[in-house]
This record gives sequence, structure tokens and C-alpha cells, in this order.
Amino acid sequence: MEEKVLIVKFGEVAMRGNNRHIFISQLVKTMRNNLDKEGDFYIVKEQGRLIVEDRGAEMDYDRVIPRIVPIFGLVGVCPGVKTTDQSMQNLREVALKHMQMFFGKEKTTFKVEVKRADKRFALTSKEVAADIGGYILERMDNLTVDVHNPAVTLRVELRNDAYVYSKVIKTFGGLPVGSSGKAVALLSGGIDSPVAAWMMAKRGIALECVYFHSPPYTSEWAKQKVEDLAEKIACFAGSIKLHIVPFTQVQLYLLEKVPHDKLTIFLKRAMMKTAEEIAKKSNALALITGDSIGQVASQTLQGIHAINSICTMPVLRPLAGMDKQEIVDLAKKIGTFEISIRPYEDCCTIFVAKHPETRPKTNVIEGIEKKLTELDDLINNAILQTEVIEK
Amino acid sequence: MIYFDNAATTKASQEVVEKMTEMLCQNFGNPASVNKLGLQAEKEIRKATEILSQGIHCKPSEIFYTSGGTEGDNWAIFGTAQGYQRQGKHIITTAIEHPAVKKPLQALEERGYHVTWLGVDKAGNISLEELEKSIRKDTILVSVILVNNETGTIQNAVEIGNIIKQKNPHTLFHVDAVQAFGKYPIDVQKMKIDMLTMSGHKINGPKGVGMLYQKEGLKVKPYLLGGGQQQGQRSGTENGAGAAALGVAAEICFKNMKKNHDTVLEIKKILTEGILQEIADTQINGDTLEKASPYVLNVTFKGVRSEVLLHALESKDIFVSAGSACDSKKKVGSPVLTAMGLPFAQIEGAVRFSFCQYNTAEEAKQCLKQLKEIVPFLRKYNR
Repeated sequence: MEEKVLIVKFGEVAMRGNNRHIFISQLVKTMRNNLDKEGDFYIVKEQGRLIVEDRGAEMDYDRVIPRIVPIFGLVGVCPGVKTTDQSMQNLREVALKHMQMFFGKEKTTFKVEVKRADKRFALTSKEVAADIGGYILERMDNLTVDVHNPAVTLRVELRNDAYVYSKVIKTFGGLPVGSSGKAVALLSGGIDSPVAAWMMAKRGIALECVYFHSPPYTSEWAKQKVEDLAEKIACFAGSIKLHIVPFTQVQLYLLEKVPHDKLTIFLKRAMMKTAEEIAKKSNALALITGDSIGQVASQTLQGIHAINSICTMPVLRPLAGMDKQEIVDLAKKIGTFEISIRPYEDCCTIFVAKHPETRPKTNVIEGIEKKLTELDDLINNAILQTEVIEK
Repeated sequence: MIYFDNAATTKASQEVVEKMTEMLCQNFGNPASVNKLGLQAEKEIRKATEILSQGIHCKPSEIFYTSGGTEGDNWAIFGTAQGYQRQGKHIITTAIEHPAVKKPLQALEERGYHVTWLGVDKAGNISLEELEKSIRKDTILVSVILVNNETGTIQNAVEIGNIIKQKNPHTLFHVDAVQAFGKYPIDVQKMKIDMLTMSGHKINGPKGVGMLYQKEGLKVKPYLLGGGQQQGQRSGTENGAGAAALGVAAEICFKNMKKNHDTVLEIKKILTEGILQEIADTQINGDTLEKASPYVLNVTFKGVRSEVLLHALESKDIFVSAGSACDSKKKVGSPVLTAMGLPFAQIEGAVRFSFCQYNTAEEAKQCLKQLKEIVPFLRKYNR
């Protein structure tokens, strides 16, 4: 009996130490989350591998592979065959069939590589490789052997069951989610912030996201857009908690109280403060923003300095040194771009100054803020009314 | 919930839902089938066709079912352009058309047709003299929106029809009656209309079905080719459920036209007068209360962004439409209001309320009450 499976390889480096089982179960959870949308699957743990098996019909690679490839902490995803019968005769047949399916016609070079986790197996890895290689070579005249630089490497792994595969689909790499602690990302609905969140998730940071909702100045559509973005990022990073903070009162208060050309700085400070409070409650250790130096008025170094001074936590800004086009390219690659460009504004024009200050002075900003006596209460109130959605 | 967005779409009436269910579950045959079930479906469609044709004073054979307003408009325009290209390549329309007319005509312009876009006055009416002057020997089509979807301005179809046929009897007259059908009396003979587009979901019917009236003997080309249904003019398995339900919806409209008119007029009156008298810096866009369609009311609340007002009303469970999107980068206002000569500042604050017979005077009063609270609040924070 043989069946189509996915052999999922994860990075050994990240897997060292006693936390290994935690990361593996996290990976399994994320895989399961993503796979649930495509049907019913087993995920079997093998040493250094996770095997995805379809519980229903024959596996449809076109549907399953895109669900697995985005997950961080994986090294490669390999469409292959599993067989329980580990007799040499069967292994030869399965390997031949695999090669015929994928490389039936084209002239190409190949070699066979065997891994033998089960050392009780009668032959050594090299013997098995030579045997299978010879068997295939005799029956497929489009193939030639090249052991140093083959175009195709047919891999046979002898474990509890035997696995045969030849293609390794590259993944995004990164570290398994949760292996680097937790951070709170500020999501706006624009192009940058989801990319920033994605980049940090790639380094193993578990995410929670915060979105500032200010009806009637922003619409339900804008909120839905952010929910969809969070769901997209969750495909890479596992499930995500999205905190939706009703921010209208804070925004209107600031609109009334502070000089209009500095409004954005105060708004962003209020958002950072709110996000930090939420982060503390969630045991997160950092904030993530999509700031790219110099992109808009509040993202000058002076602007960032004036905003950052309210934070006590580290603020990760993975896009700081990237150009807009680079960010857009990444957004397209990870599939957030098409959501971000939906035409629902995340900030109403009345909160945007025509000529915002580009070089705010931190001490001036802090001086004005000291006089905003109601701000803390308004922020606390907003946090109390925050809605949490699990994506 | 107060639903004042009926020009966008309407709720299906109970009778329509029942007819659709009956058609989909029991009477689901294909009229193209020779069996009894097919005949039963055909009979239902015929019944609907009868109602529709009586309603606009044409023959049943002149009614063609479509997928809705957009298909009707596209078919009328492209079908005429194709069928009459030897006669000329000049088309006349207005600057306040729905995109379903505007875009096909712009596409024709790119293919070498010449389109005259008639401007409108402040109330949204075209000039009949200008129309007359524009009609040429090679004018193959005049396409006019009867009731404008944004302002409710009604064009004088009788006069327009007369002018066209006097000046050039070969010029076809197409009317986009999507907002007018079932709400405003239409007589295709008196109005000398050659083609008329309507849509089901604007009259409490189902979405995805509509009708194009085509006067007998036209050379308008079919838009969809295939199995030759609907006299070869519109191929595709007939939408029995849609057509039958459309008939039901139309019948209800025709029967209650006067009563419904009075109902929505009262609602519009309460809102119009209330807004003008009780909320400062407001103005009605479009024609007067007496002349415009009572189903549509377009108001500018100066110093308020329409989309913000829309969302504020929405939080009170009142649903309306906005004249412009809240876009921080470019200033894009409604093309219809722009054509009426409104400055952007007024378009920015334009909100459309649109009604149906299910609305009540009480709802209008409720809405007014909310507006009186919301508008001053929003103005306080405007810049």
C-alpha cells in the first residue's frame, strides 16, 4: 500500500533544547489550522519531519501545498509517497513509479539518496541506493546517473514507514512561531503594517494585533479589511488575537486639544501607549510598527523620536530601512497587498493635517501632553471597551 | 432599522419570495424543454410578460428578460451601435447617466463613434433645445436616464421623444428607466421610446433579473449568442423564477403606483422640510419637491463629510448613501452632482436618502431627529 503524502521538514537549529516539543506542537497546530480549510488530515510526527496524510481521498497537492508552504520554521515541503511495505522489491517499484510520474520523458541526470533511521534494516543506505538506482536506470532510458551534480535527487527515507520523494519546495524559512516570545503589532489596514507583522513573525515572534477603530470616521468595511489582514498573517504565524480598540473619543479629544500640525504625533503616541497597555496584559514584550524612515511626515527620525518617547517596551520597526517598492513587493508576495489596497480609509481626512510638522521636538510634545489631563482616562476607557477577535 | 437606501436596492416583497420559491422548487422546468414541466414554466413567464407589457403599453413580444439594468443598458447601446453602424456613428446622451450607460458609450467613443454628452442645469434637467440642435442625420441613438438615481430628477420623456422623432425619425430613443419603472407612469408609445431598461431589485423584486423593452422591427443586435432563446435575441436558459417574480413585483407596483407615490412623497416632504428648516446650512440637490421623483432625496449638509455622516447614521441603524467617498488623497465627487455644477465642497456633504413604500412617516421623523443631533456634532469637529 502506498499513498501520496507531504513530507514537511523543519529546521533542526531552532529545534534544539528542551523546548523542542513545544515548537513542534506549535507547528502542528498551525498546520492543522491551515489544513482544516482543505479537509481532513493526519499529521504524523517522525524524527525531524512532519508527515501530512489525507484521511479522505488521494491528496490534492495543488490545494494542500499552498497551505503548508507559508508556515514559518519549515525548511522544505516535499510531495512524496509513503509505503508501509519496506521490502526491497516494493521500494524499487515505488521509486520507479515516482520517477516515471515526475520525470517520465525529459532527459535528465539523477542520483538516489537513502536515509535509514531504522538501523535494523538489512542493507546499508549505500547498498539500498545502489540497488534502487540500478533498477530505475535499467527501466528509464531518459535518465543518466550523476552522483556529484544531479539535476534530480531521488530520496528514500526508511523510518517507521518508507518515504520516497524528489522535490523539495522552498519555504519562507524563519523560526517556528512562539520560539522568540510574543509582541503586539499595530495594524492599520495599509500596506506596511501587515508586512512588518509578517517579518517579525518570521523570526518566531508570536503575534497579537491591535487595530484602532473610530466610527463614524472609519467604516465597518475598514474594520473588516483589518480582520482579513490578520487572518492572512495567521496563515503564516498561527492563530492571532486581534484587539479592536474603539478610538473615536481619544481622537476627537486630541483633535480639539492639540495643534493641528502636531496631531498625528499625538495620535500615534496615544496609539502606542494603548498598544503597550494591551501588550503588558497579554505578556508581550515588544511592539511592532510598519514605520519606514521618511515615508510620511510622522516617520522622519524626529517624528519617530517624538512618538517613541512614550514607549517603555522595545518597538520593532522591521521596515525602517526599506523603500516603499520593496515593501509593496513583499506585500504582494505574502498576499496582503490585495487586501491592503481595498479602498476603505483607515483614517479620516479630518485627522490628517494638510501641513504636518516634520520635525517635532520631543520635549515640546511631552510638555503639551502633560496638560492633556483627560487623555489617560480616555485611553483606559478605550482599552476597557476593546473587542477581541481570534483569527 | 430604517432603510433609506432603496435606490441602491430594495428588500424583496413577501409575494416575490413566495413566487420565487414556488418556481425554484416546483415549477422549475426549462421552457426550452418539450415536456409538460417546461410548458408550465413557460406559462408563468408569459404571465409575467403580459403584466410587464401592459404596464408600459407595449406588446408582450417586445419584452426581453435580462440579468438586470447593466445588461439592458449595455445591450441597447452596443446592439444599436452594431445594428445601425451603416446609418451613422453619432449617439447623444446626458452627463448624468448611470455608469451602465456611460461606460459602454465611452467604449464606443474609443471605437470611433461620436458621442454628444448633453449638460444639465442646476436641477439636473437637460436642455431640450440643445438636444434638438444635437440631433443629426447620422444620429442613431439618444439614451436618456428617466429618473436620475442620485437626485431623482425626472427628464421630460414625452418632449424628448417628440423632438427626436420630428428631427430624425430614424434615431432610436433608449430610456434607462431603472429608477422609474413601477414608480412613474411610462407609456412607450406616447413617449416614442424604442428601448427601455429596467431592473427587478429596485422594485422589491429579485436581484439578477431585469427587462429590456425593444420595439418591434428594430435591427438591434443580440448581445448574447447561444441556444436562441427569447426569439433568438437573448440566448441563455430563461430565468423562470426571476421572470415570474419580476412579474409579481411589477404587478404590485402598477396596482399601487399612486398610493406608493403618496406614501413616499409624504416621507420625502417630512425629511426635506425638516432638514431645511431645522438644520442650518443645508440644501436640496436636484429638482423641487413637486417636480422630482419622491423616491429620491439628495441633501448637502455643508461642513460635514457625507461618508462620516453615513457611518454615524449607520450606528443608529439608519442606512443611506453618500455622494462622495472619504478619500484623503484625491477629491472625487459624484459625476452627476459635478455635472449639475455643484462645487466640491457641496458634493462632499451630499447624502442620498431613497425610499420605498415600506418606509413610514414615523421613520422620517426618527431620521430627522437623529440628523439634528449628529450633524451639529460632526460639524463641531470638522476642519
